[in-house]
Amino acid sequence: MILTRIAIGIGLLFIVSVVIFGATELLPGDLATQLLGQSATPETVAALREQLGLNDPAAMRYWNWLTGALSGDFGVSLANNRPISELISARLGNTLFLALYAAALAVPISLILGVLAALWRNTVFDRVANAGALSAISFPEFFVAYILILWLAQTGLFPSMVRINPTTTFVDRIYMSFLPALTLTLVVTAHMMRMTRAAIINLMASPYIEMARLKGMSPLRIVLRHALPNALAPIINVIALNLAYLITGVVVVEVVFVYPGLGQLMVDSVSNRDIAVVQAVALIFAAAYVALNLLADVLSTITNPRLMHRR
Amino acid sequence: MDNEVLLKIEGLRIEGRSGDEWSEIVKGVDLTLRKGEVLGLIGESGAGKSTVGLAAMGFARDGCRISGGTIEFDGIDLRVTPEATRRDLRGKRIAYVAQSAAASFNPAHKLIDQYCEAPVMHGVMPRDQAERDAIDLYRRMQLPDPEEIGFRYPHQVSGGQLQRAMTAMAMACRPDLIIFDEPTTALDVTTQIEVLAAIRDVVRQFDTAAIYITHDLAVVAQAADRIKVLLRGEEVETAETYKMLEAPKEDYTKSLWAVRSFTREEQPPGEGTPVVSVRNVTAAYGMVNVLEDVSFDIHAGRTVAVVGESGSGKSTTARVITGLLPPKSGEVLFDGEPLPPALKGRSREQLRQCQMIYQMADTALNPKLTLRQLIGRPAQMYLGLDGTALEDRVRELLDLIELDPAVYIDRLPGELSGGQKQRIGIARALAAEPKLIICDEVTSALDQIVQEGILKLLNKLQEDFGLAYMFITHDLATVRAIADEVVVMQQGRVIEKGTKSEMFAPPHEPYTDLLLSSVPEMDPDWLTCLLEKRAAAGG
Repeated sequence: MILTRIAIGIGLLFIVSVVIFGATELLPGDLATQLLGQSATPETVAALREQLGLNDPAAMRYWNWLTGALSGDFGVSLANNRPISELISARLGNTLFLALYAAALAVPISLILGVLAALWRNTVFDRVANAGALSAISFPEFFVAYILILWLAQTGLFPSMVRINPTTTFVDRIYMSFLPALTLTLVVTAHMMRMTRAAIINLMASPYIEMARLKGMSPLRIVLRHALPNALAPIINVIALNLAYLITGVVVVEVVFVYPGLGQLMVDSVSNRDIAVVQAVALIFAAAYVALNLLADVLSTITNPRLMHRR
Repeated sequence: MDNEVLLKIEGLRIEGRSGDEWSEIVKGVDLTLRKGEVLGLIGESGAGKSTVGLAAMGFARDGCRISGGTIEFDGIDLRVTPEATRRDLRGKRIAYVAQSAAASFNPAHKLIDQYCEAPVMHGVMPRDQAERDAIDLYRRMQLPDPEEIGFRYPHQVSGGQLQRAMTAMAMACRPDLIIFDEPTTALDVTTQIEVLAAIRDVVRQFDTAAIYITHDLAVVAQAADRIKVLLRGEEVETAETYKMLEAPKEDYTKSLWAVRSFTREEQPPGEGTPVVSVRNVTAAYGMVNVLEDVSFDIHAGRTVAVVGESGSGKSTTARVITGLLPPKSGEVLFDGEPLPPALKGRSREQLRQCQMIYQMADTALNPKLTLRQLIGRPAQMYLGLDGTALEDRVRELLDLIELDPAVYIDRLPGELSGGQKQRIGIARALAAEPKLIICDEVTSALDQIVQEGILKLLNKLQEDFGLAYMFITHDLATVRAIADEVVVMQQGRVIEKGTKSEMFAPPHEPYTDLLLSSVPEMDPDWLTCLLEKRAAAGG
């Protein structure tokens, strides 16, 4: 069953690659004209088009692109002739670092808050946690980011710009990336926390929870041992969705904090009409989405004894 | 018997919330239970039986609160004692066995883990000892493979076995009191006996006091020393089991006894072309055959009861007739004409002729539609009625099922009682003006008094409209009441069929005999005698 899921994931990625390629084909403007500027003569434009392979049929270019991408070679950047894989790898590392950092903060926080909110539902704690999480998610990311800069960067506690390069030490990275990670945490926590709370509360009315109460178990044990294991499937799915968002949806946050991640690269490349880079980044984003959802499916299966142990 | 009082409840009042209002659902119930004594608590649903049972543990469900009276367990007042004390008593000295073991076991954990939880968490015994103890109790409860069964997940074990495993779990800390809340209601008759016998034995072995809650008098008569009858949150009467059965005092109690009095005159076997003729049908889910060579006929104006345990293929037969499951071989004739095997192939007219009524009226009715829409839709779809004609038809149908159209026509299913919902299910089937109605366990989720009303209604409709009924049930009392002919199924085969009078008179197939003899009777010694008889026959 897990194998079919993987096969479906690969098929999905293939379709996505077609869509990405098709969509970038539809972008208005011509790369050669863009690169050469206003003063280009039609001859030089034609020569450059030839050199870049822009005159080949779309299907052929797609095939070349796909086979290259599969072997890790995304071609060269049309804007500055550097290999795209090189361009991306450093950025991808940074983005993954930020995503993992934010996830390491957000997942435990939202699970703990969600469990506590379910345990003490309809109490002051529950309302404050809910209201807080909802406010955090309701503000646009850049607003949250600037508020954090105002409070935490203006006072000099944390840097407002993330200047990291491959030589930066791990501790420094943690320190410098704190504000963007915190911003992302605030943005994704509400969703995961509320799903945790709702999934648990949804189960609290079930007969086996009543049974656990009638066996004299403590409320905390009931939530952790009797409700949580059965609530895992929806929680895992929401976590996966948010992790995917942390990788692919961080453009605004990266821009605000000048964080050298994939999102920024994507934005820059779109404005440069560097289609090859846009395609590569989009494909990586899609792969991240598919892989995380696949992982969520597999984990939901593993945590469900009814699927793991047949009759 | 030890005369020491274990549980003393006085003037118990419990309120339930509906919306913002609190209304009393238990109105001053007294109850005394001595050590080792078994008290039967009976009444219809809504009588407050379960609520009283839970209150004996100092527990009120969400949306309920104990508003008055005292609950004294072994000298501890459960209403005033701190929650920590109550929690310590629950599972350790007072245990609970729920109606549906399948729903009350946590699907995420193995049976033995759930067994060990109470003894380990209450500090009664360490884990390894609890495990050995579990295996011992599984053996006493006559579970198959007691060494291994605990290491399975609940979904890997059958309903009857789960119910026994749950009783074993309740026994884990050797409590002084166990509350059994309808422990056998969800089981087949043949399984019910095994569970009932196992519960009775183990309760006697450990001299445990018990409150046995059920709506089935014959069942409680087998297990209880005393019986208390509840009606709408109030006590009707209490007496020793023998006295209660011989000479019930109150009219209400007598009506409970008399409830199975409705019997329809058996009609002579139908003649001519049957409405439905199932011929040599074999059907399968995937590779597994679930029906093997099933044949029977249903004639107009006749009721054919299809009986058997769960898994015997009763409902699958209905699915074949309705076209939901095309058979592997064999065919279904309607009025002598072969029906296309699959639903897709059938014309609207063919679909109209055959309607269904379901067991769970709750889930079979769309909660967002009013009765007008629910009943009107088939009339509109099959018969093309609209406007005033449709309105008149819906009102006529509501009249037929004895619900006042003026009051009910714009209500939602959620505003009806269980019996009323089932009546709507009947009206909806009737709206299509079918020739055959398949009734799938239509009364098994209902109280006996309500059941009786539904059966009478179905009978009247049959007389008025000459309907043919296929009546799927595992309840032989219902069969006795309504059937003309009976088809007995086991493991996907028809093992016996004939008229009702033939079926209820010996000699029988061994399996029919087992089914018939498993229906509890109103005799406190019935179970004992039956088990002795079976042991003698077996050994």
